[in-house]
Amino acid sequence: MRWLMADKGGLVMLAVLAVVVIVVPLANLVIPPDSALHVSTYTVTLLGKYLCYAVLALALDLVWGYCGVLSLGHGAFFALGGYAMGMYLMRQIGERGVYGHPVLPDFMVFLDWQALPWYWYGFDMFWFAVLMVALVPGLLAFVFGWLAFRSRVTGVYLSIITQALTYALMLAFFRNEMGFGGNNGLTDFKDLLGFDLQADATRVALFLSSALLLALAYLACRAVVGSRLGRVVVAVRDAENRARFLGYRVEYFKLWVFTFSAVLAGLAGALYVPQVGIINPGEFQPLNSIELVIWVAVGGRGTLWGAAAGAVLVNYAKTSFTAVLPEVWLFALGALFVLSTLLLPRGLAGLLRRRGGAS
Amino acid sequence: MTPSFMRRDRVFDFLAPPLPPDALLDTSHGPILYLEDISVSFDGFKALDALNLYIDDGELRCIIGPNGAGKTTMMDVITGRTRPDAGSAWFGSRIDLLRLDEPAIAKAGIGRKFQKPTVFENLNVVENLELATHGDKAVWRTLVARMDAALRDAIEGVLATIGLEADAYREAGALSHGQKQWLEIGMLLMQRPRLLLLDEPVAGMTHEEIERTAELLQRLAGEHSVVVVEHDMEFVRSIARKVTVLHEGCVLVEGDMATVQADPRVIEVYLGE
Repeated sequence: MRWLMADKGGLVMLAVLAVVVIVVPLANLVIPPDSALHVSTYTVTLLGKYLCYAVLALALDLVWGYCGVLSLGHGAFFALGGYAMGMYLMRQIGERGVYGHPVLPDFMVFLDWQALPWYWYGFDMFWFAVLMVALVPGLLAFVFGWLAFRSRVTGVYLSIITQALTYALMLAFFRNEMGFGGNNGLTDFKDLLGFDLQADATRVALFLSSALLLALAYLACRAVVGSRLGRVVVAVRDAENRARFLGYRVEYFKLWVFTFSAVLAGLAGALYVPQVGIINPGEFQPLNSIELVIWVAVGGRGTLWGAAAGAVLVNYAKTSFTAVLPEVWLFALGALFVLSTLLLPRGLAGLLRRRGGAS
Repeated sequence: MTPSFMRRDRVFDFLAPPLPPDALLDTSHGPILYLEDISVSFDGFKALDALNLYIDDGELRCIIGPNGAGKTTMMDVITGRTRPDAGSAWFGSRIDLLRLDEPAIAKAGIGRKFQKPTVFENLNVVENLELATHGDKAVWRTLVARMDAALRDAIEGVLATIGLEADAYREAGALSHGQKQWLEIGMLLMQRPRLLLLDEPVAGMTHEEIERTAELLQRLAGEHSVVVVEHDMEFVRSIARKVTVLHEGCVLVEGDMATVQADPRVIEVYLGE
């Protein structure tokens, strides 16, 4: 517990999260809609989405901020987790689809498929879907990382191949014969574990789950960073050869952190999908992964809580900005990245720290 | 010759109990390091040309030579960073260094200090030493590893040896150049190596710091074998018992400092051309 007490920024973040978790559901479910204090279900879902992004940002901060591995393809793991959850939600639709087929999702009926592809088996069971949410991104990260780190691919080369990974996955998922709904992806979800996805209470429950995931993910990341393994990982970032000549198998450490981070990203994606109601190949876009890097850079990498805060702030800005001046948003995002790199190399967290605030 | 698996006077290799790592190192024949006929070439340039070098157990050896003589390449070969084109490298008479990678060689008991002092700048001195400690360096073990009393004692011992007690909780990046050099030597000591390879340990040090380093190395020899690559002749003269001069990838002269300095070939290499 000592490590948590020393982590002021993290404590503040968890405290804010606790307040939000209590206030928002009450304001949505208890306060009547005509009151000024009422929080709409739309806002609840929006907040839940931000929290999922915050978990994703934590995952990236772990590999980039601490391990020094700049992944430009972390969105792929998020999307894979999302697809695994989407497949479960598709199977839950059952006969309520447009074509009313008892087993096949609508898009398969539309493509004139006769039977469910083998990789869709088991997704009618929630526990199996949850297992896949963690396993698929984890396994991909493990295999990819094994090959990349063992060949000692580092720096910008590694960033480029992670980008290629997510791009390749996007192209693959766009294809109808892959069996993931092609261009349109998976959507038209009805319910999750029997709860109606359109109901306010379900939305609030999903929001609460996202908050819980963020809190647990934060504590897990903080524990990793505070362990000797966390120090080895920083050592690898700062002086890889020194660590290697001290007897550490640097590749294994990178691989472990990369895989752990991918699993976290997958979990975030799985909670994201039922809240936004759709998952399509657009989530694999390289642009998404790059935006994610900007969240972490703006928030402050290598602090964890800074990354999470950055994700929420930048996305809040995006929501507000795109409502008013949609065509300017990308310029604003680019400017944000340039300015934060030039003026705030350690992000907002670094600014707070310099003010003598949280550590 | 009968293949080893058919010999009737011994069990199969895979049935034999694994030797503990410390027992593997066998220096009963004298030398702790054997380099024989090592050749390394980079794009046609022969960095090492059939180099032969033996370091005795507990010895303090200085290796000198003009730029491009192959000193750093030799260290790369010993620590597994570079694979030689030909030759053999043995640590003791049982460990074949050419079959191990860098972490395995470090674990077997060879510590290396880089030419440019390399410490973990964002960690403090104690954390640097903690990470260097010998022992299991597998991923899961480090995740659950705790600082125990034995480790604390070991760190305090090394801090005293390298004279950084007062700076124990300073970030390594804030140390002076000389202090970083000492910290790196301290990290090597935490590894409990049998052989220390030091690449220019006094580069960039003040006169006083050089004296303290010389004293430190003298103390380390005996318990450890120490190989020092250095340009600073004054320093070499102050610590050397035996000096090896490398030139164009092979040994030019070997002997005590006086003999080496009087040798006409050495004078020519250093002053001629």
